[in-house]
Amino acid sequence: MNKWFSIIINDNFCKGCAICVEICPKDVLAMSKDANPSGYLLAQVIEPQKCIGCMECELHCPDLAIEVISLKDATISTRK
Amino acid sequence: MILNKYLRPEVFPTPFCPGCGHGILLQAVLRAIDELSLDINKMVFVSGIGCAAWIPSPHFAADTLHTTHGRPIAFATGIKLFNPSLKVVVISGDGDISAIGGNHLIHAARRNLEITVICANNSIYGMTGGQVGPTTPMRAKTATTPQGNPEPSFDLCGLVRGAGASCIARATVHHTRELIKYIKKAFTHQGFSFIDVISPCFTQFGRRNKEISGASPAEMILNLKKLCVHVKSSDELFTFKQNDKILIGEFVK
Repeated sequence: MNKWFSIIINDNFCKGCAICVEICPKDVLAMSKDANPSGYLLAQVIEPQKCIGCMECELHCPDLAIEVISLKDATISTRK
Repeated sequence: MILNKYLRPEVFPTPFCPGCGHGILLQAVLRAIDELSLDINKMVFVSGIGCAAWIPSPHFAADTLHTTHGRPIAFATGIKLFNPSLKVVVISGDGDISAIGGNHLIHAARRNLEITVICANNSIYGMTGGQVGPTTPMRAKTATTPQGNPEPSFDLCGLVRGAGASCIARATVHHTRELIKYIKKAFTHQGFSFIDVISPCFTQFGRRNKEISGASPAEMILNLKKLCVHVKSSDELFTFKQNDKILIGEFVK
């Protein structure tokens, strides 16, 4: 597990557009192999230890389904 | 999530198609409000008809007005005149603001009325079935122009600059941090502020123009990075398209 950042994906909001998977610079996220009851392939965290907390996935999620949580008050900002 | 206090939880998930850029704009507006610590109860969000009009209404836990097609700026003018202490924000689509309500846009800019207009520009009429609009790029295929659009597209930032707006910027939903910065600047600006937000529509535009926009919604968002040139790194000011690139940045501060 990553001791700095934790990523939470809300499965009820995610529509499986794969923007987060493509935009992640460290390949932390991937699409699931199995569809959920609504037929969507949802995003899931596969390598949480690689997360650097850049917030790109959270900022680019059109459905507000991703939240990156800073576990040790590490610098996390939406600003440049 | 820090944005939960600004949202109505009962309306989620959003009504947008998977991979629509409007959801990114939705959270960018709320993040700008959060970073400026504005009181959302003293703000009024006005929207017209179209996909982008769904951004403030019903998602924002604030006063929202979902008005007739093309008239959000006319309604916003009325709100601002009746109660000038309110912060009035218009969030609507390009068909709403530039095509049907283009007249209201230029006259609100001419009056330098203190409202913020955020135009979610997906360069097509998304909700009604993908018809060609005034912001559709030349040669792009749409439902009504299957051979390619023969007409040049509208430069909305140049239009409102000519009409006299005092704060103009263009950003894309790929450049989210920059977008939040421009929205914050527009919210604090005294006078008419206009932000043109390039927000791709895969369902209606992307799937018909896969060779220029990419084969998936995620590719379409990533392609914006290659398509855009910042105004600081460009020689010519105020040309919407330079070698088929979109100019982004602040045009009038």
